[in-house]
Order: sequence, then C-alpha cells, then structure tokens
Amino acid sequence: MSVRVQSEPFDFGAECAGFGQGGKNVGAVVTFLGVVRDDSGTLNRMEIEHYPGMTEKAIAAMVNEARNRWSLADILVIHRHGSLKPGEPIMMVATAARHRVAAFEAAEFLMDYLKSRAPFWKKEVAADGAEWVAATDNDEIALKRW
Amino acid sequence: MIDILYFAWVRERIGLPKERLETDAATVAALVEELKSREDRYAVAFADTSALRVALDQELSDFSASLVGVREVAFFPPMTGG
Repeated sequence: MSVRVQSEPFDFGAECAGFGQGGKNVGAVVTFLGVVRDDSGTLNRMEIEHYPGMTEKAIAAMVNEARNRWSLADILVIHRHGSLKPGEPIMMVATAARHRVAAFEAAEFLMDYLKSRAPFWKKEVAADGAEWVAATDNDEIALKRW
Repeated sequence: MIDILYFAWVRERIGLPKERLETDAATVAALVEELKSREDRYAVAFADTSALRVALDQELSDFSASLVGVREVAFFPPMTGG
C-alpha cells in the first residue's frame, strides 16, 4: 500500500509496470490515470492547491476503508499539486486483487472519494483569466453509492 | 490560541493563508461571526457558509461543532481532487 502526494511528475507506465504482480493471490490489476483536460482550448495551466498534513491523512483513511471493504493485495495512490500543463498526469490509482470486481470497485471508490473528500482545489488559468473549478452535485451523488 | 487556515478562493478573498488568533468562540459558527465582524474581507469570504467546508485539526467537521481543545481550524470550498 502506498500513497504519494507530490509536486513532481510521475511516470504512469513505470508505476504500473510490476504493480501488484508476482504475488500468487493476484489475478487482477486495475489502473486509472487522471490528466489535465483543456475543454476550452485556451488553458495555460492548472494550479492545484492542497492542505499538507490533512491530505495525507484523508487519503490514508480512504485507503484503509477500501482495504476493509474489499480483499486487496495492493493499492497505489499518487496525487500531484502545484502547477500542471494541459495533458500532464494529475493523479493515479492502482488496485490489485484476486478478482477483477474487487479491483474495479475499489479503484472507483478511491476515485470518488479523492474527488470530493481529499483536500485539493483546482484552479484553471487561461489566457483570459483564472477560475477555481467548482465541485458538482454529481461528486456528492457519486459518494452515495458507497 | 488557535491557528486558522484558509484555502483556495477563501484564502484569496481574505488575503492570507494562515493566522493565529486568541478567541473565546465556543463553536465554529461563533468563530465565523467573530471573523465577519472584524473586516469586510472576512464578511465577503464567509457570506454564504453553505458554500464552505470546515476541518478541525485536519478532520472534516461542521459549523455547529465545538472548538474546545481544537488547535487548528481550516476553511475552504468543496474539494476538487482527482
């Protein structure tokens, strides 16, 4: 189990290579990569602010909850903060389990919780101004299924 | 003494990321009222607390919670991670 909160880029391929494999009890690995999206075509950068200390605690609590709910061989969560360019990786989640249902469900659970319960705030900076990304009702609805 | 932290647009509206305050406020809501009475920038930032979240000692909480024994209060908009 590993959680990393960092400003540095990460290499998704290198992180995935070998993750959760090699153990006799692992039959499924699910990985998710979130990247900076530029809907308007004018995005200069995305600035991600976080709450040092609480961020790590909140993610650790989510990872523990996932381990309680599903039988998982391994979990990896990486989330960046700082200034990111369009197309750059923001965050990733990887889960390893005996069967794919547990790996998929745990990855979705972690994604839903990271979205609205980990203290990160995204600001989109474009040529014509900067705007904080607003949370949506769907973010809260997504939590209800868990 | 209590540390108060502000994040995202709350930080921008108040104009600082952190301050230390001597307060008799018994609850988060009372602390918010005290801050709002200080200066306009606080009144603007806390105009609609339904748009805000609060953490006490780095755990999500709510505005009716007690401040007894709390060392760090943080105010911020709903989180947008992932």
